[in-house]
Amino acid sequence: MALKIVKGSIDRMFDKNLQDLVRGIRNHKEEEAKYISTCIDEIKQELKQDNIAVKANAVCKLTYLQMLGYDVSWAAFNIVEVMSSSKFTYKRIGYLAASQCFHESTDVIMLTTNQIRKDLSSPNQYDTGVALTGLSCFVTPDLARDLANDIMTLMSHTKPYIRKKAVLIMYKVFLKYPESLRPAFPRLKEKLEDPDPGVQSAAVNVICELARRNPKNYLSLAPLFFKLMTSSTNNWVLIKIIKLFGALTPLEPRLGKKLIEPLTNLIHSTSAMSLLYECVNTVIAVLISLSSGMPNHSASIQLCVQKLRILIEDSDQNLKYLGLLAMSKILKTHPKSVQSHKDLILQCLDDKDESIRLRALDLLYGMVSKKNLMEIVKKLMLHVDKAEGTTYRDELLTKIIDICSQSNYQYITNFEWYISILVELTRLEGTRHGHLIASQMLDVAIRVKAIRGFAVAQMATLLDNAHLLTGNVQRKGICEVLYAAAWICGEFSEHLENPMQTLEAMLRPKVATLPGHIQAVYVQNAAKLFATVLKSGEGSADSTAAQEMMIERLPLFVQSANLEVQERASCILQLVKYIQKLQQKDVEIAEEVIALFAGELNPVAPKAQKKVPVPEGLDLDAWINEPPSESESEDEQPKAIFSKEEPKHSRPRHTEVDEKELAKRREARKQEQANNPFYIKASPSSQKVYQEAPGVEHIPVVQIDLTVPLKVPGLPMSDQYVKLEEERRQKDRADKKKKEKKKRKEKRSGRGKKHDSGPESEEDITPAHMVDIVTEEMPENALPSDDDDKDPNDPHKALDIDLDKPLADSEKLPVRSHRAAEVLKSPAEDGDAERSVSQEPKKKSSKEKKEKKKDKDRDRKKSKEEKKKKKHKHEDKGEDLLGGQEDEPVVQSEETSEVAAPPSSTTAEVSDLDFWLSNAPVPSNTQGAATVAAAAAADPVPEAASGAAPDSEPEEPKDTEAEETKSSKHKKKKQKKEKEEKEKKKKKKHHHHHRHSDAGGEESVQNGTVEEEEPLPPMSNYCLLAENSYIKMMLEDADQVNDIQGNLQDGSQVVVSVIFENKCESFLKSMEFNVLDSLNSKLQRPEGSGAHDGLTVPFQLPPGVSNEARFVFTMQSIVMPQKLKGTLTFIVKNEDSSTHEKLDFKLHFTCTSYLITTPCYSDAFAKLLESGDLKCSSVKLEGISMPFHHLLARICFHHHFSVVERIDSCASMYSRSIQGHHVCLLVKTSDQTVSIDAKCDEPTLLGNVLDEIKQTFSQC
Amino acid sequence: MIKAILIFNNHGKPRLSKFYEHYNEDIEQQIIRETFHLVSKRDENVCNFLEGGMLIGGSDYKLIYRHYATLYFVFCVDSSESELGILDLIQVFVETLDKCFENVCELDLIFHVDKVHNILAEMVMGGMVLETNMNEIIMQVDAQNKMEKSEAGIAGAPARAVSAVKNMNLPEMPRNINIGDISIKVPNLPSFK
Repeated sequence: MALKIVKGSIDRMFDKNLQDLVRGIRNHKEEEAKYISTCIDEIKQELKQDNIAVKANAVCKLTYLQMLGYDVSWAAFNIVEVMSSSKFTYKRIGYLAASQCFHESTDVIMLTTNQIRKDLSSPNQYDTGVALTGLSCFVTPDLARDLANDIMTLMSHTKPYIRKKAVLIMYKVFLKYPESLRPAFPRLKEKLEDPDPGVQSAAVNVICELARRNPKNYLSLAPLFFKLMTSSTNNWVLIKIIKLFGALTPLEPRLGKKLIEPLTNLIHSTSAMSLLYECVNTVIAVLISLSSGMPNHSASIQLCVQKLRILIEDSDQNLKYLGLLAMSKILKTHPKSVQSHKDLILQCLDDKDESIRLRALDLLYGMVSKKNLMEIVKKLMLHVDKAEGTTYRDELLTKIIDICSQSNYQYITNFEWYISILVELTRLEGTRHGHLIASQMLDVAIRVKAIRGFAVAQMATLLDNAHLLTGNVQRKGICEVLYAAAWICGEFSEHLENPMQTLEAMLRPKVATLPGHIQAVYVQNAAKLFATVLKSGEGSADSTAAQEMMIERLPLFVQSANLEVQERASCILQLVKYIQKLQQKDVEIAEEVIALFAGELNPVAPKAQKKVPVPEGLDLDAWINEPPSESESEDEQPKAIFSKEEPKHSRPRHTEVDEKELAKRREARKQEQANNPFYIKASPSSQKVYQEAPGVEHIPVVQIDLTVPLKVPGLPMSDQYVKLEEERRQKDRADKKKKEKKKRKEKRSGRGKKHDSGPESEEDITPAHMVDIVTEEMPENALPSDDDDKDPNDPHKALDIDLDKPLADSEKLPVRSHRAAEVLKSPAEDGDAERSVSQEPKKKSSKEKKEKKKDKDRDRKKSKEEKKKKKHKHEDKGEDLLGGQEDEPVVQSEETSEVAAPPSSTTAEVSDLDFWLSNAPVPSNTQGAATVAAAAAADPVPEAASGAAPDSEPEEPKDTEAEETKSSKHKKKKQKKEKEEKEKKKKKKHHHHHRHSDAGGEESVQNGTVEEEEPLPPMSNYCLLAENSYIKMMLEDADQVNDIQGNLQDGSQVVVSVIFENKCESFLKSMEFNVLDSLNSKLQRPEGSGAHDGLTVPFQLPPGVSNEARFVFTMQSIVMPQKLKGTLTFIVKNEDSSTHEKLDFKLHFTCTSYLITTPCYSDAFAKLLESGDLKCSSVKLEGISMPFHHLLARICFHHHFSVVERIDSCASMYSRSIQGHHVCLLVKTSDQTVSIDAKCDEPTLLGNVLDEIKQTFSQC
Repeated sequence: MIKAILIFNNHGKPRLSKFYEHYNEDIEQQIIRETFHLVSKRDENVCNFLEGGMLIGGSDYKLIYRHYATLYFVFCVDSSESELGILDLIQVFVETLDKCFENVCELDLIFHVDKVHNILAEMVMGGMVLETNMNEIIMQVDAQNKMEKSEAGIAGAPARAVSAVKNMNLPEMPRNINIGDISIKVPNLPSFK
C-alpha cells in the first residue's frame, strides 16, 4: 500500500501540474488551441487512473481551462470523486472545480448530497467551510431541500467561521427551496444579535437581500434594525441596514419620520464617504415617502442637496458620479431644490468622463421646465457641436429629443422652435438616430395642427436640399428624415407655398439612390402633391407641367429594384396617364383625384392594439376548426387546411359599425380630450383666442416673422426662435400688465438674449400659438393599464412569505431518516408522527407530504368552522349559555392552540411595530417610572420579539386567559426572571411593553375585519389641546402604562403624550409643563420637587419643529372622567429679545382612557359573563350607517376594546380598566340601529364608558 | 449581490473569473470580452463605475472596477451593494493578495489562480460579502494552507522537489517574468473603516 502511494507520487512527478500547464500554454502562443487539446487528452488519461492525487491534479488543471472557456462538464463525475477525497487539499480542489462548472442541470449533482452532508458535519471546520463555499455556487432545489436542516444546525455552530458561512448560504437555500424560509427565519433573526460581528454582518446581509425583494414582510424587523443601526460601528453593516431602510420606508412613512434624525446625525458625524452617501440616499428615500402630507423637511433636503453638491464638486470622479446619481433621485420629488444647482450640472456636461456626462444629462431631463427648456436645449446643442465620438453625440441627440418630447411635449411652448431644433439636428454627421428625428417630425406635424404650415415649409426646404443629407456615405442614417419630410409635404400639401418646386425635388433622379422605403414614400407623396397642384388650377400651366414631370420622371422608379417602389410608381404612372387622357377630353377631374387622398390619419397610441378588450364570448384558445386528425395522409393535408380556412374568412366581422355609432364615439373622444390634462387647450390668458374649428384650414397659420430667414437648413435658426420667444413672452407679460395696471408694478424687463426670466412663473408662459395636440387614439373601452411587467420567473417571488405567522407543526425542514419509517406511517398517525419523524428527502415523498399537509389544513379549517358554528348557536341561545362551551376545551386544546395562536402573535408583531413607530423617544425624567412599570408588565409575546427559536414557541400566552387567575402568579415569576435577563436591554424592553398596550387594539381591529369588506377609514387619536400664536399642543389619546398586577395598592398610572409644535419664527425654550393636581389625579413629578412645581419639557423647539413629550399621571379612582387644568410656560427667544409666554390648557381624562385593550378569548369571556358579578347596562344608537366592521374598529380604536368574537352583525368585545375592572360589550346591529349590551363590575364606570361611546358615534 | 468577479490584464486575458450565477463557457468568455472592451477604453482618471454591461443583469447592475498596474479587477454588482463599499472591497482583496503572495504581481495570479480563488472564497461567498477584515481573511487562508502542507507530508515531498527542479531548469522563466514583473502597486487609499 505504502509502495503504491510512493509509486503514485513518483508517477506524478512526470505529470504536468497546473503551473506546467500554464507555462506550456504561454510557450505555445501560436498554436494554443492545439496545445490545449493535447493537454485535455492527457488530462483524460490522468482521470482514468486510480490515484486520487493524479485525479485532483487533473481536475485542478481543468478548472484553469474552464476559465479559458473550455467546456469541462464531461469531467463532472471525476470532480465529484475528487470532492469526496478525505484529504482537505483534494477536497478543496474538487469543490472549487464544482463551484466553477456545476449548475442545476448537472446530473451528477444528485450524487453529491451525502458527501456534502458528511463534509458539513466534519469535525474539521475547513472541510465544512469548503463545502459551504462550494455549495453556495451550485446549490439546486434538491440539494437545498435535503441539506436545509443540516445547514440550519450549522447556524448555531460553536465556531463563528462556520456560523457566518452557514448564515450566508441560507439565502441561497431560501432561493432554491422557499419552504425553508419560515422554519429557518427565527434562527436567522437570532443571528442578528450574534456576538461575533462577522456572523452579525452575514445575517444582516441575508435579511437585507431578502427584504429588498419583499420588503413588506420584513417591516416588523424595523425596530431591531433600528437598534442595530444606532449601536453598530461596522460600516458594512451600517450601509446594509441603511440601504434596507431605504427599501422599507416607502411602505411605512412613519418609519421614515423616525429615521430622519439618526440619519442626519450620521451624515454629520461620519467620515466614511460610502456611509455618508448611503445615508443621503436613504434620507432621500424617506423624503420621497414623506413628500405627501408631512410638514416640510426642507432642512433635510437642503442638507442632502448641500452634501451632494460637495460630492459633485469633489475631484474624485467616483464621488462626482454618485453625487449626480443621488441628485437625480431628489429631483423626482423636489425639483426646485435641485434646479438651483443647474450651473453645476451643466458644468458636468463638460467633464471628460462619459459616465458623468451621461448622468448629468439624465439630471437635465428632469430639470427642464417651460421656462428653461429653450436655454437648456441651447446648451445641449452647443455640446452636440463640440462632442467628439459618435456615441456620446448620439446620446446627446436622443436626450435632447427625450427632454423636449417628455410628457407629451409638456414643456414646449413654441413648436416652431422645436421643429427648427429638429431640422438643425439633421446636420449631425454619422448619427444613427435619423429615424428618431424623423418620427419626432412626423409626430409633431401630425399632432400639433397649428404647426403644420411651418413644418411643411421647413420640410420642403429639407427636401430641396436633400443632397446635403445624402451626399456623404457616412450620413446614411440621417436620410431617414427625408422619409418624414416627404410624407409631411405630401400629406399636408395644402400648406405648401410652392408645390411645384417640392414636386420637382421629390422626383429628382438622385432620389433613386435612397433606400427603398424612402423612395416609396417619395413616389406616393409625389402623387399627393400632384393632386394638390391639379386642384389649385386645373388646366393651368402648373398642372400641365406637373403632369409632364410625373410622366417623364416616374418611369425611373418603375424600374426600381425595390418592389414597393416599383409597384407604387407604375400604379401612379398609369393614374397620371389616365388623368391626362381624361383631361384631353375636358373632363374635370381634380376633385376626384384629391378624393383619393382625402381624410386625415389620426395617430394611434403605441399600446392601442394590445388594449383592445377581448369581446365577450370569444375564446382565443379555442380551435376555430378542429385540428386535422393525425390519420390524414401527408399529401392530403395542404388541401384540407386550405379548404377549411375558408369559413374563417366568412366569419361575420365584429367591428362593423354604422355611421351613427362612429359619430357617437367621436363625440365621446372629444369629450375625453377635453378632460385630458395634457391636451393643451386655449388658456384664458392667451390673447389670441382662436375658434375651435374642426377643419385644418381654419386654424390660422402662424405668422412667421420675416426676420427669421427660412433659408438653407444648415443655419442654426433655433436661436432666433429663442429670441423671438423671449420677446413674445415679454410682450405677453407686458400686455397682461396693462390689464392689471393697478395691481402690479412694472417689472424690470431685461433686454437681449440672456433675459432674466426669474419672476415669471410657469403658468405665466402661454404657448406661442394655439397648440392643438391631438391625442393618440385608443380603442373604445380600452382596458386600464395592466402592464405589470413583473418577471414571472423571478425566484424572489416564491420568497414572498409572511414571516410573522408562527410556525405550524407541519412546517419543518425535512430531516434525513430511513425510508421505512415513512412507508410504514399510516395516515392516521400522521399528525403526531410528523412532529418527531421526518421525511426521506425524495421528491416523491415531499409530494406526498404536501398533500398530507393540505389534508391537514383542510381538517383544521373544517374544525374551525365547526367550532364557529357551535359558538354561533350558543350565542343565539343567549349569553348565559356561552359557558356551555367549557366542556369542550379539553378536546379542542390542540386545535385551539393552533387556531388561536396565529392572530395573537401576528398582530402583536404588527402592532409592536406600530407602537414603535408612533412612539417618540420618551423624555428621560419620566422614562424611569415608565420603564419600571414596563418591566413588570405582562408581555404576551416576549419570545416573538426577542427572537427565540421556533421550537420554544410560547405555549403559555396562548392559554393564559383561560386560567387567568392561576397563571398570573406564574406569569409574575416568569416576568421577574425576564426582567433580570433583560435588565441590560431595558430600553428595548420598554418598547415591548408599550407595544403590548397597543397590541390588543390592533389585534381586535383585525379580528373584527377578517373578511375586510372595505378598507377602514383613517382614524387619528390626536386632538388639539391648546394653541396660541407661538405654540400648538396636540394631545394624543392617553396611552396607558399601568401596572396590571399591583394596581390596587399603587394606584394606576396614565401616560399622556403631548406633541408640541412651534408655530412661530422664533426659538422656544425652557418649556415647563404644570398641572393643578386634584385629589384624585396627580402629575408624577421627580422626587424632591414640590407638589406645585412644573415639569421641564426635555427639549427645545427650533422654528417649525414639533416634538413629543410624555407625562405620567397617577389616578386614585377611575370611575369618573376627570378634568385637569394646566399651564405651559416657555421662553420665546428672538435674535435680539426673549419673552416669557404662557399657554393654559385643560386635560380631559375620559373613562375610556382608563381602559386598556386586553385580548380575551371566548372561553374566558364566557366564564366571566357566567360568573354573575357583573352589572348590566345597555344603550341604543340610532342612525348609524357605517359598515359594521368600521363600527367595531372605531370602538376598538377610540375606546380600547378588543373583539372577542364576531358573528355576522353581532360581536362581543372586551376591555379592562387599569384597575382591573372587566368591561364586556355585546354589540348588535340591524338596519342603522346599534344596540350595545354591556356588563361591568363597576356600574359608574360602565355608564360613563357607554356615554362616551355614544358620543363618539353621535359625532360622526 | 455580486454577480461576477473578473480579473483580466491589459490585453483582456482572463486571470480569474468567478460567476455567481451559471452561464455556459461561451457566454462567460463573451462577458469577459465585452467587459474588457468597456473597461479598457476608459481613461485612467475617470470614475470607476460603469453601467450597461448588457450581458450581465441589465439596468440594475453596475460594473465597479479598479485598475492596478497590468490588471483590471472588475466586480459586477446589483443595486443592493454600496458602490463605494465595493471599491473598498476590491482594495481589501488586492491588499490581501499582496500580503499572501508577498508583493503580488500578475505572474502570481497566472500561476496560482487556485490560490487566488481560495482567498476570494474567504471574502465573498455565493455572491455575498463574507468578510471584509483583512487580518481575519489572511488568518483563515494561512490556516488552510498549513493544513494542506501538513497533509502533503512525505508524499508531497517529491512533488515539491520536482517542481523546484522544474523551476530551476527552465530557461524561459525569466523571459516570462519580465512581462508581468511589475508588481501591483497597492496605493494607500483612505481606509474604509
